[in-house]
Amino acid sequence: MSMLLSIQNLGKSFGGLHVLQDVNFEVPAGGIFGLIGPNGAGKTTVFNLVTGLLQPSAGSVHYQGRDLAGLAPHRITRLGIARTFQNIRIFKEMSLLENVMVGMHEHLTYGPLDILLNRRACREAEQKALERAHELLTWVRLDHKAHMEADNLSYGDQRKLEFARALATEPKLLLLDEPVAGMNPAEKEELMEEICNIRDRGYGIFLIEHDMRFVMGLCDRIAVLNFGKIIAEGTPDEIRAHPEVIEAYLGSEEEGETA
Amino acid sequence: MEWLDTFWSTYNTLIYTLGVHALLALSIWLTLSCGLLSMANAAFMGIGAYVAALLTLHFETPFPLVLAAAALVPAIVALIIAIPVLRLSGVYLAMATLAFGEVVRIVILNLDITGGPEGLNGIPQSTQGWHIALILAATIYGLFRMKRSRVGRALEAIREDEVAARLMGIDVDRHKLFVFTLGAVIAGIAGGLNAHFTFFISPREYGFENAVDILTMAVLGGTGTLIGPMLGSSILTLLPELLRFLNDYRGAVNGLILILVVLFLPKGLWDPQRFKGWFRPQTREGGVQ
Amino acid sequence: MLEQQLINALTLGCVYALFALGFTLVFGVLEVINLSHGAVFMAGSYAALSVVEKLNTPLWLAILIAMLICGLFGLLVDVLILKPLRARNAPHLIPMIATIGVGIFLTNVAQGLFGAEIRRFPEEVLPAGEFVIGEVHLRALELAIVAIAFVLMAVLFVILKRTQLGRALRAIAESPKAAYLLGINVEGLFHLTSFVAAALGGAAGVLIGLNFNAITPFMGQPILHKGIAVIILGGMGDIRGALIGGLFLGFAEVFSKGYLSSQMGDAIAFGLLFLILLVRPSGLFGRVLERKA
Repeated sequence: MSMLLSIQNLGKSFGGLHVLQDVNFEVPAGGIFGLIGPNGAGKTTVFNLVTGLLQPSAGSVHYQGRDLAGLAPHRITRLGIARTFQNIRIFKEMSLLENVMVGMHEHLTYGPLDILLNRRACREAEQKALERAHELLTWVRLDHKAHMEADNLSYGDQRKLEFARALATEPKLLLLDEPVAGMNPAEKEELMEEICNIRDRGYGIFLIEHDMRFVMGLCDRIAVLNFGKIIAEGTPDEIRAHPEVIEAYLGSEEEGETA
Repeated sequence: MEWLDTFWSTYNTLIYTLGVHALLALSIWLTLSCGLLSMANAAFMGIGAYVAALLTLHFETPFPLVLAAAALVPAIVALIIAIPVLRLSGVYLAMATLAFGEVVRIVILNLDITGGPEGLNGIPQSTQGWHIALILAATIYGLFRMKRSRVGRALEAIREDEVAARLMGIDVDRHKLFVFTLGAVIAGIAGGLNAHFTFFISPREYGFENAVDILTMAVLGGTGTLIGPMLGSSILTLLPELLRFLNDYRGAVNGLILILVVLFLPKGLWDPQRFKGWFRPQTREGGVQ
Repeated sequence: MLEQQLINALTLGCVYALFALGFTLVFGVLEVINLSHGAVFMAGSYAALSVVEKLNTPLWLAILIAMLICGLFGLLVDVLILKPLRARNAPHLIPMIATIGVGIFLTNVAQGLFGAEIRRFPEEVLPAGEFVIGEVHLRALELAIVAIAFVLMAVLFVILKRTQLGRALRAIAESPKAAYLLGINVEGLFHLTSFVAAALGGAAGVLIGLNFNAITPFMGQPILHKGIAVIILGGMGDIRGALIGGLFLGFAEVFSKGYLSSQMGDAIAFGLLFLILLVRPSGLFGRVLERKA
């Protein structure tokens, strides 16, 4: 399995505060990779570094062999990395369809002249985009609400919308930031299924989560972050038995189970 | 047909003004559509007006070229200040553009070539109704098509959540630059057109109050659609005529309108959501033909 | 001549600082850019003038009454307009736009009530006499202006730095939510701040009206722009910065008008401000104002 994402000696500091230090791991293409760790361990910072919202203080992030240093977020998205957020960031005043179609922005290649003259290139591209948006919404079983304003969706549905929208950018790697935060067990089951479906369609998935049961059941490989450092990496079974991981989670274990 | 002639000779300036104000309202609508509150459009209008007037007065440039210059020069100025200014956001951007507007006004006020506080007089009345109608129609059409394309969606995404927009692959900075510059172009052309039917221009017409008037037009009408700004500009252009009896207090109405709209009609007068809400629950069209 | 310029600069700078303080106070505590502050400034001037003309009060009393009237107006604006917007969680630009409306409304009402011509304070009320120190003529009026501005600013500083009230205000400026959870009456302090800021603005208006002995409905406009320039220079929400920025602008204006072109002086000030804003939006002194919660 080839490596999609390669994190090498990654470090991030804010002033004197070292949020991440010497982080090393690799995310394969295909399959589901999990990054777990207690609150404040620095997980979201890793995502921010990968997606270009922050620049590394040390080390590097390589995607498909290419160094992402200095690239603007929209460039990184265009390379094939998409992301969802811990606190959902859908476009509330747009419909579901429009939300998903925003994700297709870079793939619609018609130009200003095409727009102004309403040329065939533009019309056909928009039509295709519309169909694709319906398709993606169908994948997450939201198509019946396609014209609803996104703000009116339930919490669980908003998360699913975020998936669909991320998928619209045609990524190879999908970064999911705490995808089941704030959900009840039934919703979590459903989302787990969604994520498996997405994986089965060939997308690489890299997720951050708190909920141990969720992560163990879903991921092929897991890395554990604690106080900005990687303390373990391996299969779920290896991680489950790892002494440092158990220690890190002691006390947070209850939190992890019921999260 | 005589009444038509009389009507026209009395009201043609007003009708032209309606057209020009519609253009201005659309220019600020454009910047607002991606979340930028730019108070510089009155200044861009002024730049366009003065460039146009000076070309006509000193060089007798043919009118089409004059209008082209009125579009181009503000665009260049916009491009120059855009790169640093657009790094700011929200209120900082508003204040920076406000400061910029003041600089422009003061410079115009103090240069000899622009006639100083007395402004420029005797500008030939080259503007015809069809010029305004044509340019307005072209602008409306262009903005309408833009709104329905991926560009329109991108702008709305930027307005709602800039960071999320970036992560959708949208080059936010490029879009902001585009919107800011195009807004300057539209305002500049409006200025050029305006100068050539009002006969006379002065720095007083392109200052802070004017920037606020333009903003009020868009806020009053509503920024959700293209109709909103035009509705707002029409009302605010006609209102002073209708309120003549208030004399000096007329301006107070503008202020009052701003307050009341912000408090009670946050989406402006023309809000399709509100209309639909009268008939059925919240839905929205896909925005695509 | 230089000494005379210095005195002019000091006088002007003090008033600018006083105006900017009110402005920055509202921004710091309420996080609103109150663009009606200029109109309130103007209203203060007219209020004092009216009181002096109609009720024959001494100047000091007129100033106090003007401050009271302006303060009440500021309070009214907060209760009627800013509070509902707060309740709605409106994005920052919205209250700013509303205050633009208030400013325009107030300016036009003043124009309607008082006419557009320049009005002056009656000769008798102005502090008369001057102190001559060497070559310098220090008018009692200028001394009074500087003294009043100084006293007001000093009181404000003491309150902010040394009292419980000041601590509460600073807590709100950091984070209204946290302040609320600490049991601070956030809403009440919002009202109080609006009152005080407007009162200070009104006071500044009276002082400028006295200094130049000219009152028009439009005097609020340029001062508003200068106020914006000051708080950008000094840092948005930064009290110290408002003081220093105000003085700086006073000096810059007087000296650029005296030694450079008189008219371009304003443009230079704005150009400078524009550049500073681009390079350092938080101003020369300000911390980058970000609400923490």
